[in-house]
Amino acid sequence: MGLFAMAKPAEPYPDFPAAAAGSRKRVRRMVNRVGLQAVLPAAMLVLVVSASGRAESGGLEAKIQYCQDCHGPSGQGYRGFYPIPRLAGQQTEYFENQLRAFVERRRPNNVMANVAHVLSPSMISALAADFRSFNPPPLGGAPRRQVAEGRRIFEDGLPGANVAACAACHGPDAMGKGQVPRLASQLYPYLVKVLTNWGKERGQLPAHPDTSFIMAPVAHSLTRAEIEAVAAYLSYLK
Amino acid sequence: MRYTRLETTALVMVCLAASALLAHAESLAIRNCTWCHGSSAQGYTPAPRLAGQRIPYMENQLLSFRAHARNNPFSKQYMWGAAASLSPQAVRNLAVYFSSLPPEAANDGDRELTSFGKTIYQQGLPDANIAACVACHGPNAEGVAEIPRLGGLAYTYLKRRLQQWGEGYHPSAKAPMPRIAGNLSRDQIEALASYLSFVK
Repeated sequence: MGLFAMAKPAEPYPDFPAAAAGSRKRVRRMVNRVGLQAVLPAAMLVLVVSASGRAESGGLEAKIQYCQDCHGPSGQGYRGFYPIPRLAGQQTEYFENQLRAFVERRRPNNVMANVAHVLSPSMISALAADFRSFNPPPLGGAPRRQVAEGRRIFEDGLPGANVAACAACHGPDAMGKGQVPRLASQLYPYLVKVLTNWGKERGQLPAHPDTSFIMAPVAHSLTRAEIEAVAAYLSYLK
Repeated sequence: MRYTRLETTALVMVCLAASALLAHAESLAIRNCTWCHGSSAQGYTPAPRLAGQRIPYMENQLLSFRAHARNNPFSKQYMWGAAASLSPQAVRNLAVYFSSLPPEAANDGDRELTSFGKTIYQQGLPDANIAACVACHGPNAEGVAEIPRLGGLAYTYLKRRLQQWGEGYHPSAKAPMPRIAGNLSRDQIEALASYLSFVK
């Protein structure tokens, strides 16, 4: 079931911006009709009201709960229609960089672009620190058959296929460092999806290249079976 | 070992009778559901559509009716009794059967509310910390595994169920629905239920 979801194209929500465009047009029409003088005080009032509204609903506690609604009560990830990645124990630098990547569309994902768009830099740092501190057990559920093969690929690479050892950058325990993410305990279907679609999901803004280019040749060189093996190994790694 | 013709005929008749009895029991169980859910299981107020629903979801729900965990008034009144004596195999068979029927959309929500409902469903309301339903329920609200198909369910059913999460029914349900739905306002619930009633 999960594999079907993974096979979907990288851009799963094609029609998001439509609603926003409609309301913008409506606002412009209203401004033209009433004139700028009349609208300005009203606009300021709206700003004040929405700012105070944001203060009420934008506390760190509420925001963490909001993240947990999808990413699991302790950030361990969740198998929804799309695999929703584990955030617990993630490197803060990687975490923050990904939230910026959603906003800048380096990593296209309409849901996460909306989520990240309203987060202040200080909120992003606070969330990164919080999820870094969680340590739930892995979600599990991956096929166990390929775990040994996955471990071999992770630790030794595939010299014949020009694949470096994953451990060289992600660390011997796959805990990551800085912008290099922790992979240990990550969801199996998520890892398979990301490695399969790397060239379509990461580094999508040529004008703003990021560190994701390092992974591109590696992901490209792995076969489907090798991707599944290394994902299965990592999904059980604590 | 050789059977006489009489023995063979008897054996065949016993087998036929047994399978006919089993099939009869099966169709009785299905008919017990379709009295309320409709003969093609498209739902009939207040009983929701079962056609096209996800198998693991239906199994979970029947088991939670049996365990009295899903406890809203209609569940108590109808489903606790209906599910009381179902074996796990019977639960499985019913779920497989109803899931195989093609679902039809109820199309009975308020058309004017659908665009706001679509926004909540597809994008969420990040400022208000309301998650996008699409992440778990899918782009066409088709659901997956234990996550139910919502597209095309009846407006009144969707609205009532969304309200009941916030009213504290079914508290043992796995996170996150009690919390997510509990945070929705009445307007947001009505918009979501309207939008979903038209989704195919």
